[in-house]
Amino acid sequence: MTEMPSIDKKKCNRCGLCVSVCGCGAIVMVNNVVTIIETEDCHWCTTCEAVCPTGALTCSFEIVIEESPKTDS
Amino acid sequence: MTINIAFLKLAAYFAVLSNAELDVIKQAFSEKTFQRGEVILWEGEMSDVLFFVAVGAVKIFKTSSQGKEQILSIARPGDALNDISIFDGKTNPVSAQALGPVTIYGIKRERLQIVFQQNPELTLNAIKVLAERTRHLFTLVEDLSFRHVLGRVVKILLTHAGDGGGPVQRLTQQEMAAMAGTAREVVARSLKALEEQGYIRLENHRIVINDKESLQKILTDTI
Ligand code: SF4
Ligand code: SF4
Repeated sequence: MTEMPSIDKKKCNRCGLCVSVCGCGAIVMVNNVVTIIETEDCHWCTTCEAVCPTGALTCSFEIVIEESPKTDS
Repeated sequence: MTINIAFLKLAAYFAVLSNAELDVIKQAFSEKTFQRGEVILWEGEMSDVLFFVAVGAVKIFKTSSQGKEQILSIARPGDALNDISIFDGKTNPVSAQALGPVTIYGIKRERLQIVFQQNPELTLNAIKVLAERTRHLFTLVEDLSFRHVLGRVVKILLTHAGDGGGPVQRLTQQEMAAMAGTAREVVARSLKALEEQGYIRLENHRIVINDKESLQKILTDTI
C-alpha cells in the first residue's frame, strides 16, 4: 500500500485547487467529491496541502533519527 | 470570453461593489489562461495590467542572487498578483508562476484609475487591503530574519522524532507552523535550509534526522 496525503472531507469546500495543482494525477474530483488515488508517483511535494484553503488536505511527516555515525568524520 | 462577476467578487479590491456595479466595470477586464509551470509575472519587470487570480493557484516567489527560490505565499482565487507595482509604478517585487491551470483576470492601470474614480469607495477599501497585506508581510519578515524560528522548528523535530521502531506521531508542515507560531512558508524554508546544511533529509513522508548533534547545537545557540 502506498502512503498518500489524507483528506478530511468534512473540512473540504470542494474548491478543486488541490486537483488543479497535483502533477501526478493523484487527486481527482469524483461526483463533486475530492478523491485520492493511490500512486507511486506522489513524491510528497506537499503542494496540495499548501494550496488547500481550509486545511482539509494534509501531507504528514514521520520524523525519524538515523543513528548511523557520520561518514566524513 | 466573458468575465464572470462571481470571480470578480472574490477579489478583495472589488468585493465591496454590488453585483450591478460589478456588471458595469466588468467590461474593463480581460481574461488570460496559463498552464502549470508558466510564469505569469517576473520579478524586476514593469506591469501595466493589474492581475488577479480567478481560477487556480499561483506561487508567489522571489529568487535570490544565488538563484535560490523563496516562496512567499500561494495566491488563490481573488488574490492580486502585482498590486504593489501597479500602485507605485515600479517593477514587480516578486515573480508569479501557475501551480496548475490558472485563469487570470486583468485590468489596465488607466482603466483601473477610471474605475476607482467612478467608485470612490474602492480607494478606502484598497488602503485596507494593502494594510492587511503589509501586516502579514511584517510578520513574515520578522520570522524569516530571526534565527529563533529555525530554533523552534529544530526543537519540534527533535521532540517529535522516533527511532523508526514504534509508531510515532506524524506532523504536517501546517501543524509545525502552528506549533512554531509562524507561517507554513517559513517552516518549509527552515526545513529546506536544514536539508541544505545536510542535517536532515526529506524523503517521501519522512523527515530523517541524520545529524542530531548539529541540530542540538542550533537549539542551544538560538536559545
Ligand atoms: S503531495 Fe504533491 S504529488 Fe502528492 S498528492 Fe499532493 S500535490 Fe500530488
Ligand atoms: S484544496 Fe482543500 S478544500 Fe479545496 S478541494 Fe482540495 S481538499 Fe477540498
